[in-house]
Amino acid sequence: MIDFGFSFSPSSRINLDKADKEKFLSLAALEPDVLKCMACGSCSASCTAGAFEDTSVRKAILSLQNGLSDDAVKLLNHCMLCGKCTMVCPRGINTRHLILSIQKIYGK
Amino acid sequence: MKNNILVIGGGPAGLEASAVLSRMGYNVILAEKEKRLGGHLAKWDRLFPDQTPAKEVLDGLLDGIKDVKCFTETDVNSINLLDRSFNAMLSNGITILADAVLLASGFDMFKAEKKEEYGYGIYDGVMTNADMEQVFREGKTFSPAPKAIGFVHCVGSRDEKAGNPACSKVCCATAVKQAIETKELYPEANVYCFYMDLRMFGRHYEDLYLRAQKAGIRFIRGRVSEVAETSEGRLLVKAEDTLSSRPVKVTLDRLVLMAGMRPSEAGHKVGRQLNLSVEEDGFFSSRDGFLSLQKSKLPGLFYAGACTGPKTLPDTFHEARSAAMEIDRYIKENFRK
Amino acid sequence: MIYEGKKKIWAEYQKEIPEDHYFYVRSCIRQSFFPASEATFLDITRNKLGKDIFETEHHTTCGGIAYHSDTIPQETVMTIIARQFALMHKYGYENYVCSCITSFGLYCETMETWREYPELQQKIAENLWKSCHLEFAKPKFLVHASDLIFKYRMQIAAKSKYKLVNKNTGEPLRVVEHIGCHYSKMFPSKGVGGAEYPYVLVGMVEAWGGQIVDYPERRHCCGFGFRQYFIKGNRGYSLSNTHKKFESMEPFKPDMIITNCPGCPYFLDRWQYVIAETQGKTYGQDGHGIPVFTYEEVAGLVMGYDPWDLGLQTHQVSVEPLLDKIGIPYDPAKKYLGKNGKYLGEPQKPQCLK
Repeated sequence: MIDFGFSFSPSSRINLDKADKEKFLSLAALEPDVLKCMACGSCSASCTAGAFEDTSVRKAILSLQNGLSDDAVKLLNHCMLCGKCTMVCPRGINTRHLILSIQKIYGK
Repeated sequence: MKNNILVIGGGPAGLEASAVLSRMGYNVILAEKEKRLGGHLAKWDRLFPDQTPAKEVLDGLLDGIKDVKCFTETDVNSINLLDRSFNAMLSNGITILADAVLLASGFDMFKAEKKEEYGYGIYDGVMTNADMEQVFREGKTFSPAPKAIGFVHCVGSRDEKAGNPACSKVCCATAVKQAIETKELYPEANVYCFYMDLRMFGRHYEDLYLRAQKAGIRFIRGRVSEVAETSEGRLLVKAEDTLSSRPVKVTLDRLVLMAGMRPSEAGHKVGRQLNLSVEEDGFFSSRDGFLSLQKSKLPGLFYAGACTGPKTLPDTFHEARSAAMEIDRYIKENFRK
Repeated sequence: MIYEGKKKIWAEYQKEIPEDHYFYVRSCIRQSFFPASEATFLDITRNKLGKDIFETEHHTTCGGIAYHSDTIPQETVMTIIARQFALMHKYGYENYVCSCITSFGLYCETMETWREYPELQQKIAENLWKSCHLEFAKPKFLVHASDLIFKYRMQIAAKSKYKLVNKNTGEPLRVVEHIGCHYSKMFPSKGVGGAEYPYVLVGMVEAWGGQIVDYPERRHCCGFGFRQYFIKGNRGYSLSNTHKKFESMEPFKPDMIITNCPGCPYFLDRWQYVIAETQGKTYGQDGHGIPVFTYEEVAGLVMGYDPWDLGLQTHQVSVEPLLDKIGIPYDPAKKYLGKNGKYLGEPQKPQCLK
């Protein structure tokens, strides 16, 4: 193999064909609220950890929908389970239980 | 003496207005260019937000027009305003002298093939909202069962380049409704809705959205940019998931395009003869936007329904009834002194 | 795929291409990338089809490379273009045909800008007079050389010696067409067939017996993009674009690629070598690549030109498997001989790419 001094740029494109549907369905069985998010961002706006670390329930749900579960888990690593997001969620999502469920299914 | 009222267009607006006017005792003549009455409603299967069968609504409308003289497959060949009545020659050879005219010419569906990048009429799996309703209505199924289906909101709506910068108002709710119905037919399939903004403004529409989410339908905020066929004959669809600011691609078996509403060509033909003014969006302009919505600038000529812009069915029915009231008032003030 | 649907779109994007009498301008880079393409264009149009294609040594670059690399301002590039047009006028022509897609796009853009801003056109006319003492003129018809070969495709087919058909199976060759971005993406109405489903190369391939492959990344840029390859640090990005296209076309098993841009065939050809030597991945049969051609080269092949006279030995991806498929004879011993019969030297053989 030859080294030309340059190589492929990584693609940022999400391939939805590769998203793990089975795991997501088992998460939805455990916490059906995961399906209810309408991406308003109230959770991230009020997140205690989010002001300092990349933490967001909204983004975590989106990452799971896009099949990027490692990203989702990372986005919740700094959560302190304070419950502020549960208070502000207009769809009444049980975010604390959702966060724990995500760790249970996707966590290492 | 019964005054003649000519209603142009036998869709929901024309039918409902005809029914009300005929109950009021007017001699209503309805001209419809198609073979059957009902307009787009007659081609639809179920209606948002509660999946009422379209046939039920249509039957209700047809019940009301028993005393209306209906001419189907009939165009208005010429129409002009005489002293204070309208003289219309229909394509079936009949001439009508009408004291008032209701223009209920509705809308044409945006021609989805104009959005070339979506490949309607080129790639086998690409269809429109109207095609999908026909599939539902005829009880057809896709074989083999699709593994993935997508719905594209705003096809030919909110699109300056396609000649229609405005929102077509009904496509979001239609897409969500059809997505639910598809998911019900094919529970194993992945169903995606590609939207720019979800405009679920009406009563019960938000419930429909939540129902779709709970059914596992994936909403992707981003407009589909292009469609292509894979070597297996499936559809490769590209969009951006604007919520994560990353491009996405997904392989689908069917892609349903929510073709929007454009002004009716047949309506324009009538409008040109009477010199009726249209606004930038191509729809007819009412005398004002608040108190005289059903009036045109021409005395005795009234509007109802989507000829003055995209409308939902309930909006259309309100307008049809208001127009009937306005016509009644106009006749009483001008012909019965 | 509904072929009729594509035909409807093609019918909508018809562009007027005069039959004869053109002022021809070359590309800056094609003569070194694909040395015989422009010569073949002139030989086919002038000598085989008897057309009047005029060329002058006084024409220059259109300035496109410098313009797209942000090194000269728009007014400068417009004045260069005005000089080219003025030469056309001076020699008594009103139809302008250019060899390069970048030029074609830039000419379209410039003409469109002048149409919208007449005061700018006036200023350019003054610049032209001050700098060159030439009279400002605009072409009546502006076409790309591939438009012209498209126009002549049936005349070429009538004189053809070979078809784009696999002689062993009798099946049409599966051809990928790649259109230069600046051919019609900016001005769809200026391209034959529009921008989404361009017909210019499809028409040639169909007329010469081949079958077009429509694959998902058909519309994707080859990755040329000027600045992306000028700087070594950016070349991975250029390479990645080409790679994406090859990954997308691979399942369709294309026999060859036809292009109408100076940069695209170069990158689609050379990057196959880099992909092979860095990843061990090849896209053709048995470790070969997918051969890439300019439309002039393909026209030359079907008309029976000697492959080495068409400069096919300068391609990175070996063309011999395709020549064998079509049944075009070639003399391997003459591959590396120059026009004068002198040995040119041989490139080193790649490790992975056959």
